[in-house]
Amino acid sequence: MLKKEVRDILEKSRKWGWVLEPDAQKIFSLYGFKTPKYAVATQARQAVRLARQIGYPVVAKIVSPAVVHKSDVDGVVVGIKDDETLVRTLSRLSNIDGFVGMLIAEMVKGLELIVGAKNDFQFGPMILLGMGGVGVEIYKDVSLRMAPLNTRDADRMIQELTARKLLTGYRGSEPIHLNALKKTLVTFSRLMMDMQGVVESVDLNPVMCTAKSCMVVDARMMLKK
Amino acid sequence: MKTVNPKGGLMNLKPLFEPKTMAVIGISATNDRHPANVVFAKNNHRYPVEVFAVNPKGGKLHAETIYPRVADIPKKMDLAVIATRAELVPDVMAECIGAGVKSAAVISGGFTEGGRKDLQDRMVDMAREARFPFIGPNCLGVYVPLKVDTFFLPIERMIKPDAGGVTFVSQSGGILVDHMIKFAQQGVGMAKAVSIGNKAFIKEKELLAYLARDPATKVIAYYIEGFGEGEGRDFVIAANACAKPVILMKSGKTAAGNRAVSSHTASLAGDYASFAAAVAQHNIIEAANELELVSFCEVLSSYTKPIEGRIGIITGSGGHGAMAVDACSLAGLTVPELSEPTKTEIKNNLAESVRTIAALGNPADLTGSAVDDDFVACARVMGASPEVDCVMVLLLPYIPGISLDIGVKLSSVSRQFNKPFVAYVPHVEKYNMLIEGFELNGIPVSSSIEGAVLMAKALARRQPC
Repeated sequence: MLKKEVRDILEKSRKWGWVLEPDAQKIFSLYGFKTPKYAVATQARQAVRLARQIGYPVVAKIVSPAVVHKSDVDGVVVGIKDDETLVRTLSRLSNIDGFVGMLIAEMVKGLELIVGAKNDFQFGPMILLGMGGVGVEIYKDVSLRMAPLNTRDADRMIQELTARKLLTGYRGSEPIHLNALKKTLVTFSRLMMDMQGVVESVDLNPVMCTAKSCMVVDARMMLKK
Repeated sequence: MKTVNPKGGLMNLKPLFEPKTMAVIGISATNDRHPANVVFAKNNHRYPVEVFAVNPKGGKLHAETIYPRVADIPKKMDLAVIATRAELVPDVMAECIGAGVKSAAVISGGFTEGGRKDLQDRMVDMAREARFPFIGPNCLGVYVPLKVDTFFLPIERMIKPDAGGVTFVSQSGGILVDHMIKFAQQGVGMAKAVSIGNKAFIKEKELLAYLARDPATKVIAYYIEGFGEGEGRDFVIAANACAKPVILMKSGKTAAGNRAVSSHTASLAGDYASFAAAVAQHNIIEAANELELVSFCEVLSSYTKPIEGRIGIITGSGGHGAMAVDACSLAGLTVPELSEPTKTEIKNNLAESVRTIAALGNPADLTGSAVDDDFVACARVMGASPEVDCVMVLLLPYIPGISLDIGVKLSSVSRQFNKPFVAYVPHVEKYNMLIEGFELNGIPVSSSIEGAVLMAKALARRQPC
């Protein structure tokens, strides 16, 4: 059974066919996933106050029911270090179609992975793990499993990646927190089982993984028609 | 033997596969090539099943009575083969249920595939209500060696494999019949051939439940075009719980028109990618093509114990050995270098004339001078050695020192060390007795090196339940 707040968000989002990013982030933080500190602003003074609370540098992203692919409309600005850039960014983003706010979030570093789900006609929720970022569909270094997953499934998914060495420490880089990644996969797969009646597909891209944690930095949740 | 039906009750499929009495409905009094007449003729007095002809017009088929309705037959029917026009089938099925018939194979076509989903829905509704197991429509039905054959293919045109351990369930009748030919060619025995056509009611999963308990079936193979909504999930979960190997060959892997999708995951986890992942995750062995399917079926009906995939290769030709090593590597199998003591032991057991010219690594190339005893000696050492867990024999029957008994001798080594052996022997009529020496004694033989490697690969892919 989904939490009431989640059901409310899903109900509200139905008319757009997908869940706005701040709402999606809300859902994932409610289910215990680590997310960056974030807030949504529409006014300059409010934006500055929130950004200072979060702490520069920050990332700013367009929030609009009309914009599913934010980078297609230049709707993401990373590495904002001061009030002036922030306000300028807000004024530009507010001109984008359907603008309802600007999401301001803490900058997070780490290894970019994609964790996704697709509600398959024949097999129900399928979980995907891959190397993330914008190149995900170019490299196609992904592994897939039917949900729900257990820890062993999650482990096998990691082992199947061609780039697995990047996760376990390659040429001096620190290995990521594999147990945190496995836990993310397992929890995500259970949530997708609970949501299979309403959700069509989800991209958590990127999930930023470091030696300490795995954080859901961007969440796109498409709903069933 | 019972299986759970979609309604949750129990359905008995045994009358479908081992009928004692069978009605063939839709017989023509005048056309012996009518599918119903072919089915009648090939079963009547040929299989241990009493066959009755049915047609509303009644009359005689040669000397046999044609009963107007199935209820007019003075015995209870285990199986009705329904071959009437599609629009008559729901009423015929209702009559069968009313007359206490225990199962049906609907070979008539013209249902969902011909725009008459309504007819099919009526049949499913009544079958579900009455717990009446039927396969089809739009199928060939069942072939069970020495029991029954509902395929409407003239008896003289069919190639039938020997009775054996493989049951093949196919969404396509043509693919099924073609594979019976391939199984026969490769010496793979079949337990059952099941054509499920539109699989309106009895589907892959219901058959799995029956076949898992069927003593004749050792390996369950499927040809699948696609599953209904959520049915793939149910099937793979059931297959994972099945103690017998489940092999699957899929068509329709290339998406007809990659529809635009709005998330990376939906794009990357396409229909076939999801299919392949779900199947592999549940210990189902997917065969990429016919050669894989036949090779996997053959080897898994001989051996059930999985291997890690360390292959010892024995050959009479260096070229064959090299080809096999490459194919093993591509298949994810290893051909480990043998330790010095093992190599020495092989060497010490070979004939003097062979010892000096053989290349004794892995592959062990015994050369064209080798005789049966050299192959057996080498196989014994590999059989006993923990360095390899499967022995592949690449046998060239034209080497002068090889006798017709080589298969018998090697199979006794395989049994002695409880280690799977697979063999390659060119398949031509001249070598049949030699091939049978292997196969009838439990060593599967492929007609290609690649096929022999695929057999080893299947053993390595099969995980213990």
